[in-house]
Amino acid sequence: MSDDGRAPGAETPTDPPTEPPMVEVREVTRTFRQGKRTVPVLRGLSLEMQPGEFLALMGPSGSGKSTLLNLIAGLDRPTGGEVVVAGSEIHRLSERRLAAWRSRNIGFVFQFANLLGALNARKNVAVPLLLTSLSRRDRLKRVEIALDIVGLADRGGHYPRELSGGEQQRVGIARAIVADSALLVCDEPTGDLDRATTVEILDLLTALNREHRKTILMVTHDPLAAARASRILHLDDGRLVAEPAADAVGAGALTSGETAA
Amino acid sequence: MSTLPLIGAALRRKKTRTFLTFCSVAVAFLIFGVLSMLRVALAAGVDIANQDRLVVRHRVSLFQMLPESYEADIERLDSVVDAVHMTWFGGVYQDPSNFFMQSPVHPAEYLDMYPEVQLSEEERLRWIETRNGAVAGRASAERYGWQVGDRIPIQPTIWRQEGRGDDAWEFELVGIYDSEVEGFDETQFLFRYDFFDEARSFGRGSVGWYMVRVNDPERAAEAAAAIDDLFLNSEAETKSEPEGAFAAGFANQIGNLGLIVTAILGAVFFTILLVAGNTMAQSVRERVGEIGLLKALGFPSARVLRLVLLESVALSTTAGLTGLLFAVGLGAALRPTLATYFPGLFLRPQDLLLGVALALLTGLVTGVFPARQAMRLQTAFALRRL
Repeated sequence: MSDDGRAPGAETPTDPPTEPPMVEVREVTRTFRQGKRTVPVLRGLSLEMQPGEFLALMGPSGSGKSTLLNLIAGLDRPTGGEVVVAGSEIHRLSERRLAAWRSRNIGFVFQFANLLGALNARKNVAVPLLLTSLSRRDRLKRVEIALDIVGLADRGGHYPRELSGGEQQRVGIARAIVADSALLVCDEPTGDLDRATTVEILDLLTALNREHRKTILMVTHDPLAAARASRILHLDDGRLVAEPAADAVGAGALTSGETAA
Repeated sequence: MSTLPLIGAALRRKKTRTFLTFCSVAVAFLIFGVLSMLRVALAAGVDIANQDRLVVRHRVSLFQMLPESYEADIERLDSVVDAVHMTWFGGVYQDPSNFFMQSPVHPAEYLDMYPEVQLSEEERLRWIETRNGAVAGRASAERYGWQVGDRIPIQPTIWRQEGRGDDAWEFELVGIYDSEVEGFDETQFLFRYDFFDEARSFGRGSVGWYMVRVNDPERAAEAAAAIDDLFLNSEAETKSEPEGAFAAGFANQIGNLGLIVTAILGAVFFTILLVAGNTMAQSVRERVGEIGLLKALGFPSARVLRLVLLESVALSTTAGLTGLLFAVGLGAALRPTLATYFPGLFLRPQDLLLGVALALLTGLVTGVFPARQAMRLQTAFALRRL
């Protein structure tokens, strides 16, 4: 892996250098109270993500990956420092404005698809659009496009219980992109999937990054998943650390042509 | 922006639990509806009692007789407009369970006293002309399949006919009356006093009680006192009271009905608050992850609060309305059968509205705490429960 954290073979973002960063994290700290003790989770961390970049965040449990993800996604607030995403200083926004900001700018993909069991795939994908002023017809149109992108155009009427794990995760991804948010945050998106399905989902995320120019921030424990990213950052004890040897990651990168073990 | 799909999804999440809660609330409102109808039915006499009418009975009890001659004495008082007498006949039609009030009356005087009783002019004249003629309320006529012209035998239990032992009294039905006054007793069977008085084997010239119309309802109490004074120290002293008080006293012989009904309703609603409240609280506890997801997707806290509240209100309102509609249906179904005992068995619009308001209130009260809990959830914390 190169010094800037890019995995071997990963494409370099094609954005012009003058474009402002999608994510700027400046000297961010985050502490939590545990009884009378204050536990630091992030210790003055800084990073930038360019528009169209696919960044993987790795590190051992408790290293602060999810906390950093939450700060960038506007789900949590830093104890100190600044977080600027898509041009907004989100650490300064009120709860109400932050919620509205998230609905416009962030698409979430979780480890489990977390679909609402009583709604079919189409309605699950439409949930973020309930917050917009779009007409029913426009909402439906967007939902169909999102389902088409994830390859489930013909499965919109199916309920989650009628879909496989991989299909459910695809519906989750369709829900994340339906509002056309610029930044996708993915928290262990393949953590609950078998190898073959993992490849499918990673292919989909890669396509979203390359063909639809989605900026993706992915937290993962899986080096093979991380290898799909254009850059990998490692966290340990709340700080960014030097990456492990490049071949430990890149050599095992999964591609769509590879058969699952 | 519609949140209906999300409310529907939340309610369908645990269908069995939602159904059982729905049934609990519906049954509570069915009980509310039935008790409201019962309370109204028992108080019907009070409500429809005309305030300018007094009931004059024997001071000892309703079943002690008064002289027929009192009518003229009472009518001579300045404060009295009119007086008619009635008598408890207590006969049996076919089976002792066929209970309805029977009384001999002077037809013309009775109809003047009770404008609530609606008879056609033809029926009225036939009643006055036919010696053994009788009129029945619509409810009794429908229940027993009577038609004008039928001969109705009534077996005596008190008033036997002179020289005829236990033979049934035979009346000719000359009219069927209706009443536009909701709750007015449409089961009565009324026949001519002169026919009754001549044929009875004892007690001629005596009557059960008098209905008296006074000229000034504001001074009904004074008129009642004047009547009682008139017969003071006579062999049959009287007790006069407004018709409403008479009916209320009759109804309250089985206790303070209003208090009993209110106490039962209080217990029912307290229980239902616990049941529905627990369901909502449990539902929110189980959905912490889902609620976190909605908040992560950008649903503001106020909207999450509204969502849970609407869910609770939707459940209790639909269940409450279902229960109330069942009560209305039950009332309609039982009205013909129970008309004798509860002549006013119907759910008043104001009780229906009160029921709807209570259903809304139940939804709000049971939903407010879980909704606040959902609103205050920290998104990042809630997402860990996914």
